[in-house]
Amino acid sequence: MNTRGSRPADNTTAPQMNFVDGVLVLEGDFLIGSVEGLLAQHGQAETIDLSGVTRLDTAGAWAVVTLERRIQDAGGTPKITGATSLQSDLIETLRQNMPETDIPVAPKKSVADRLEQVGRSTVSAFQKTMAIVGFLGRVVATVAGLIVRPGRIRWTAIVHHMQQVGLNAVPIVSLMAFLIGVVLAFQGAAQLRQFGAEVFVVDLIAISILRELGILLTAIIVAGRSGSAFTAAIGSMKMREEIDAMRTLGLDPVEVLVVPRVIALTIMLPVLGIIANFAGLFGGALMSWIELGVSPGVFQSRLVSNTGVEHLFVGLIKAPFFALIIAIVGCFEGMQVKGNAESLGHLTSTSVVLAIFLVIAADALFSIFFAVLGI
Amino acid sequence: MDEAPIISVRGLVTRFGKHTVHDGLDLDVRQGEIIGIVGGSGTGKSVLLRAVVGLLKPVEGQITVFGENVRDTSAEDYRRLRRRWGVMFQDGALFSSLNVQQNVEAPMREQLALSPETRAALAAIKVRMVGLPEDALQKMPSELSGGMRKRAGFARAIALDPEIVFLDEPTAGLDPIGAAAFDTLIAQLRRALGLTVFLVTHDLDSLHAICDRIAVLAEGRVLATGTMSEMQNVDHPWVQAYFKGPRARAALAQKETI
Repeated sequence: MNTRGSRPADNTTAPQMNFVDGVLVLEGDFLIGSVEGLLAQHGQAETIDLSGVTRLDTAGAWAVVTLERRIQDAGGTPKITGATSLQSDLIETLRQNMPETDIPVAPKKSVADRLEQVGRSTVSAFQKTMAIVGFLGRVVATVAGLIVRPGRIRWTAIVHHMQQVGLNAVPIVSLMAFLIGVVLAFQGAAQLRQFGAEVFVVDLIAISILRELGILLTAIIVAGRSGSAFTAAIGSMKMREEIDAMRTLGLDPVEVLVVPRVIALTIMLPVLGIIANFAGLFGGALMSWIELGVSPGVFQSRLVSNTGVEHLFVGLIKAPFFALIIAIVGCFEGMQVKGNAESLGHLTSTSVVLAIFLVIAADALFSIFFAVLGI
Repeated sequence: MDEAPIISVRGLVTRFGKHTVHDGLDLDVRQGEIIGIVGGSGTGKSVLLRAVVGLLKPVEGQITVFGENVRDTSAEDYRRLRRRWGVMFQDGALFSSLNVQQNVEAPMREQLALSPETRAALAAIKVRMVGLPEDALQKMPSELSGGMRKRAGFARAIALDPEIVFLDEPTAGLDPIGAAAFDTLIAQLRRALGLTVFLVTHDLDSLHAICDRIAVLAEGRVLATGTMSEMQNVDHPWVQAYFKGPRARAALAQKETI
């Protein structure tokens, strides 16, 4: 009953195409895998005879219609004979659905296109900067409003986020800082031993960790860990229209979602920085003891006598600023998510990259600032 | 009808943890028909579809498609088998990194050695056949509406001219006009391409309009199969509620006035 046959995929008859006395005779199975090569043949014919065609699928019918068009283009009037009713139905369907225009191929990019691309990127980067600054302003204004009316502060949310971004990050942050201390001691020892100045390894470790590395690397880890989580959480709420639902209920998403995260991270990043400082010094001391024979007692007394406490403050003063950068960027990118999952993934990675970049840029500015002040 | 069924499911048991979805389910699908699978939420309609196409391993039971056992075939046989059916998932399941044209070309690119021109021409035809405008070819899935994504998913499912298409809730989430148009499209392509259609649906209008037979899933098995009018006489509370509820009456009345 089905003229297409129940087609066992293996035993197909190869399609044949012959020009016999002005008639184009088609024979065999015209299926998607085998018709392509036939279209290379050319010849003189006005009638296409399908009586020998055992099976015909869309691609086969497409081939027939293509041959028909070719006859038309050559000025002939094509005629199809010998098709079963199902086959002619399919051919008719194809005739209606043949693409009218050539399928466009992606045009090559010219130099002007690339220049235009550069211009567009510059403008959009500028707009994005303005948007982030605007967002920061909104957050600050909301916080100011909350200070006036402290009853609206969402303590539960703040504590929840403090646990998420702070307490839960302690293991990874302290392990990272410990290893950094170990590496610094190991590398410093190798260099300082050449001058017989092994004991200066304490100053090297203490200053680099307290002043720069402890807080910077903590901020980088937190950006990867919590900045992305902020974007993903707020972004998926945006996707599921939860943010819009909040607005219809008279809740301000900045107050409910953004401010608790910003406050929590601003409180917790300095704490994490202190933990990282301790872990880093511990790792450095341990390695100095093993590698250089600087005993913990010597390490401690040298640390206390030679390393000024200002290094610790220089490091820690940066923490709240880094926290603000990470939280604002993470929440801002989350708010930019559109309705689809691709934008969520794209913006999550953008958020991490941007936050890390801005943290390092801010760190460089701080270095210059402190150098000018002479601290 | 003495022809061997094109899909035959015998004694299917599927389980997720301790939750048994199908418990000894039997189902035959005949060649060239549109069979509608209906059932309440959680009765395992989509799970049945996934089991038949081999995406999910049943605990027990036999599933044969084209007379070949889906479960115990070699990888090579399964690959060959897979070429003979197409699946459209609920939201089209288009590959989000490819545009519509590349999506429709994907099965051709993977399975056949065709020139890019042929592939593009065939993809354009398939896209037109499912009723999408030609400029949709270059669009990314995220730029399409839900109905267009479903149509594009359908175009991908029929890209290799399969003998069976599995459609998972093709009209869910479409407006009534779009849903009716999709029904017409399914019926049209069934005629033009000689398809057998395995249709998982909730849509009473689809069942009325295009299904030759309906299989009702409940209590882990197929409760009844038959035409729409036969369903009216099945003595089971769920079937009665489903086919004689206000929505069913509305769908029936609408059909009669047409």
